[in-house]
Amino acid sequence: MPVHPSPSPATSPALHLAVALDGAGWHPAAWREPGADPGLLFTAGYWAALVAEAEAGLLDFVTFEDSLSLQSTDPAGPDGRTDLVRGRLDAVLVAARVAPLSRHIGLVPSVVATHTEPFHVSKALATLDYVSRGRAGLRIQISERPDEVRHFGRRTAPLDPAELYGEAADHVEVVRRLWDSWEDDAEIRDAATGRFIDRAKLHYIDFEGPRFSVKGPSITPRPPQGLPPVSALASDAAVYPFLARSADIGYVPAHDAGEIRTAVAALPGTPHLFGELTVFLDEQPAAAERRLQRLDAAHGTAYTSDAPVFAGTPAHLADLLLEGREAGLTGFRLRPGVLAHDLPAITRGLVPELQRRGAFRRAYEASSLRGLLGLPRPASRYAAAPAAPAAAASPAA
Amino acid sequence: MSKPLKQIHLAAHFPGVNSTTVWSDPAAGSQIDFDSFLHFARTAERAKFDFLFLAEGLRLREQGGEIYDLDVVGRPDTFTVLAALAAVTEHLGLAGTINSTFNEPYEVARQFASLDHLSGGRAAWNVVTSWDAFTGENFRRGGFLPREERYERAREFLDTAHELFDAWDGGEILADPVSGEFLRDANPGAFAHLGKQFDISGHFNVPRSPQGRPVVFQAGDSDEGREFAAAAADAIFGRYGTLEAGRAFYADVKGRLARYGRTPDELKILPAATFVLGDTDAEAQELAREVRLQQVSGATAIKRLEHVWNRDLSGYDPDGPLPDVDPVPGENTIALGRASVRMHRDPLAVAREWRERAAAGGLSIRELVMETTERQSFVGSPLTVAQGIDALVQADAADGFILVPHLTPGGLDAFADTVVPLLQERGVFRREYEGPTLRDHLGLAAPRALAPAHG
Repeated sequence: MPVHPSPSPATSPALHLAVALDGAGWHPAAWREPGADPGLLFTAGYWAALVAEAEAGLLDFVTFEDSLSLQSTDPAGPDGRTDLVRGRLDAVLVAARVAPLSRHIGLVPSVVATHTEPFHVSKALATLDYVSRGRAGLRIQISERPDEVRHFGRRTAPLDPAELYGEAADHVEVVRRLWDSWEDDAEIRDAATGRFIDRAKLHYIDFEGPRFSVKGPSITPRPPQGLPPVSALASDAAVYPFLARSADIGYVPAHDAGEIRTAVAALPGTPHLFGELTVFLDEQPAAAERRLQRLDAAHGTAYTSDAPVFAGTPAHLADLLLEGREAGLTGFRLRPGVLAHDLPAITRGLVPELQRRGAFRRAYEASSLRGLLGLPRPASRYAAAPAAPAAAASPAA
Repeated sequence: MSKPLKQIHLAAHFPGVNSTTVWSDPAAGSQIDFDSFLHFARTAERAKFDFLFLAEGLRLREQGGEIYDLDVVGRPDTFTVLAALAAVTEHLGLAGTINSTFNEPYEVARQFASLDHLSGGRAAWNVVTSWDAFTGENFRRGGFLPREERYERAREFLDTAHELFDAWDGGEILADPVSGEFLRDANPGAFAHLGKQFDISGHFNVPRSPQGRPVVFQAGDSDEGREFAAAAADAIFGRYGTLEAGRAFYADVKGRLARYGRTPDELKILPAATFVLGDTDAEAQELAREVRLQQVSGATAIKRLEHVWNRDLSGYDPDGPLPDVDPVPGENTIALGRASVRMHRDPLAVAREWRERAAAGGLSIRELVMETTERQSFVGSPLTVAQGIDALVQADAADGFILVPHLTPGGLDAFADTVVPLLQERGVFRREYEGPTLRDHLGLAAPRALAPAHG
């Protein structure tokens, strides 16, 4: 394989790396592998250990998958299988649980916009930002699953994906307006006048949309990052309008440089586009292939995914990631095939390889997730508006 | 032979959005930074408290059409803080208020089941309900719920959540890599609930948690609230911290348990209590007066009076006499987002009584408000406070107390250092945790199915 010369950091920005945490890993048989600890999937210690490993590898952030239904191979409902991991914990709470045990790495739980209240999501993520001291992010997804609809019982299937993405965009808009609804210096503790806050720096958001309306302001002061980064999976081009409106990071499951360039051209305003890749890593290329075959044999069928699958060495993967960077990606979200094996292979194999090529950080350079991603901390949209204190503080209409 | 000493249950309420928190004191820290919660939780755990409690409010309070700014404003998300605190404590129970009106059972049940897993069995849920369209303006559902249905929805919400908690019995997960069976049961978590408030079915996706069901608390003093607690709660947050009122409440609520097939031990009665400690009783009394003056400023006194009068009283002098105009009867429109205004169900009678008290004592508005609003439940030296708490518990006025310090985050420190050791010496409070879960701390048995409600 070709060996690329180390590019100059000045001309080629360092790659960003995230890891997607889910169950025992992304291969359906991952839970049967040595070290997978499948009996511990519902304990805090399991998740804390994964996050510690990712942080030891200086990764930008981890994401936590979630859903409001049982995992299933059948999009209509439970598949009745007994050979796969089923059940999961609330992703926001898992992220909060590991936050005090980590210091630098970003924590990005998944939230289903279709069935949740943006008011609750906004304060939960703001609070995750407080408990992690500026390391919260949000991954938004929609759900079309009819069984999930029945878990809530307040709308009827089938749901239209285009409408759901429109609703999700409103959801994100409300979440962000609520984050902005307290200006940073709203708390004044002015003993002389007895005022704890300056109410002119709190703002009603008055959002009106077809699915919901939200008054505001938030009950939670503006989070440390101001606006924690929002991300979403670009599962196909139909999602691009949502990404363009709502995401700081889009995860693009692109199979080749052409696809990447198309996505990059279609999403010029999205600050970060990460490649989405499932990985099986071993020091010998044949070993990775053999391991994947062993997993497939245990599972009974060949592994397929909505994202490209890579099986090979960390050096080869580094080549692939740098090619993605050449095509316009700013980073990658890697899905470890087996967390117990492939997460350490990323942190202890891929990361040093990228560092040797000058393409990855050697120490955490910022204390917030926005800082790690090179995103400035924005001012509140309400603070930026021309001063109109009387209108800003006006009561509910 | 004398009756054995009752063991006292103690919990701590993180002080925040209420009328007792003193934010202007130089020792007052952040109400939102995680360091404050961490300090508070570790103090409570050092003192071997049963649990830490977080209140909730889903809309900022308003008065006279403006966001109320004289008390602490703003708080974090309950679930998220409790999950983070699970990482920095080992035994302390983690209790939070979650509203049953502006949430859905599936989501709340999986959040509490997740918290119970992530804390190793320390989660508790204070079920509250709301009916007001004011709070509803922040949510998809809006103000849809008729007031009289609020306990009906709360009860059905809790029943539904229990069905979800019970949907996994705990034996489903094998996780056997050799056989390849992750599940023993191909259909785990199946549930179906059809009721007036909820019609939902499917599969709960969180396996059974360490406590099976999180501990359930209930707050509320109405007849429906007492009945709801007797039927379905593990603890009730009582309102009465005095001997006679406390004993009456205690006897009434415990007396309701039998009709649900429950014993008096199955429901703990825990009133909220404030406290001021000093080296001597006289010093504590002096400190308590200073705290009261910080809690009830002139501006605060006028605003509190408006809760009864239901009209703008901003033109009145807080150091002058009570207004000669009468309250505006009916729905209180001046103070929004407060539970406490509903306490004044007959404002004309309250105003009459307050005028009589003011006249008899020669009290100004501010002095009257200081007399009639919350005061410190326990004031004195550590010994006086320990004796006071113990006496109320042994006299069956309470099973313990939820302490609400007036300072964040250090307001619990002195209590932990001085009062708790005295209670331990008296043999009425644990020296070490006896088990890992909150049910262990509260002496509650493993959960069983709810008894059907009667009338």
